[in-house]
Amino acid sequence: MKQVLLPRTLDELWDSLEADPNTAVYAGGTDLLVNLRAGRINTNKLVCLERIEEIRGVRDAGAEAFIGAATTHTNLLESPLVRSEFPVLAKALRVLASPAIRNMGTIGGNIVNASPAGDTLPPLYVLDAEVEITSRKETKRMPVADFLVGPGQVRLRADEIVKGVWIRKAPEFNVHHFEKVGLRKSQACAVASLAALLRVSKDGNIESARLAWGSVGPTVVRSAKVEEALVGRELGIEKLSEVAALVERTVSPIDDVRASAQYRRIVAGRLLLRLAESGHKK
Amino acid sequence: MKIRFKLNGTAMQVDCAADRRVIDLLRENLGLTGAKESCAAGECGACTILVDGESKLSCLMLAAQLEGREITTVEGLASEDRLHPLQEAFVEKGAVQCGFCTPGAVLASLDLLKRNPSPTRAQIREGLSGNLCRCTGYHKIVDAVEEAAKTMQSRERP
Repeated sequence: MKQVLLPRTLDELWDSLEADPNTAVYAGGTDLLVNLRAGRINTNKLVCLERIEEIRGVRDAGAEAFIGAATTHTNLLESPLVRSEFPVLAKALRVLASPAIRNMGTIGGNIVNASPAGDTLPPLYVLDAEVEITSRKETKRMPVADFLVGPGQVRLRADEIVKGVWIRKAPEFNVHHFEKVGLRKSQACAVASLAALLRVSKDGNIESARLAWGSVGPTVVRSAKVEEALVGRELGIEKLSEVAALVERTVSPIDDVRASAQYRRIVAGRLLLRLAESGHKK
Repeated sequence: MKIRFKLNGTAMQVDCAADRRVIDLLRENLGLTGAKESCAAGECGACTILVDGESKLSCLMLAAQLEGREITTVEGLASEDRLHPLQEAFVEKGAVQCGFCTPGAVLASLDLLKRNPSPTRAQIREGLSGNLCRCTGYHKIVDAVEEAAKTMQSRERP
């Protein structure tokens, strides 16, 4: 039998982590408990973060918002702040797994799990989110793109947890877009996904762009080259098609059970075309 | 480990391994076989229960997590002499064939109707998108939830 601890405060958490470094930490359990049952994780002690109030909820901090790591996807979808300031994130959450999984899974879990297909990750990349990492001794911030190093790999020590994520409000972008291509509508692991923030002028020109693709590389793919190629262009199918060819050369997908690398390349590029239909308002 | 929680309105205390899955605790220790195990990985919805009113998957929760919570399983929906409007509607509309997905689908529907008392058919499909059914083709399940929503709203009106 494994020990299961449910600390109620961070202080209680540090005590349980330090007692045994071979501890598995989880919040929603929607990935960890599957891996544990499959024998892919070996641990005698489980620590569940769901009751630590300090790391739950969304807080408006002026120019930024702080989202506690143990905030569920449903909590985020129901947050007026997320819906009004970060529509690109809300759009991704709406197609993440299923209602029951969204009631359990958390944004911190989606980040630490570091799946190339994690649905909240491309939005966090385009929003230039920063992960807040905390231990008993110190608290620090790190850009999400530095925190995620590869599939299932993050810069997190055994005595640290992700406390939450900071997102800077970005009112200058009037297009917030997210689209996921999966093998079915719900419960679909992304074959490829695109999150995009655009600032489009009244006469339809792209003034700035941030783009991030999921499931087409070891981590989320962002490309300054692609973003620059869009700036100054008219938001229309013709220009987007040109840049789509550049996207195909930029991403680095793999073949797996869901799709071939070649298919993913083409889809990653073609996902851009939808931006032509996105209108100019968020 | 001793765990205290409310199950279908009744306060209880169980003594079991902290890492026992909730689905196993319900079915094997407590004899409530409404929640079903199918995929055991969070993909099918057959083991759906309500925890403090929210639909969750009992195959992905450990017994220790139940401490202090209120749990509802399909066994807790009917009152003494009457099925819940959702259960009635599932029967009337022919939304049950083999029945394996039904308890999970009914509880997911209850969560949906609590958040959105008069959903469109598209919203019902979205609300049930985590509950696989291999028999009905879903149409009759959507019919049933639509019907139950009407019944529940008319009963709530004074």
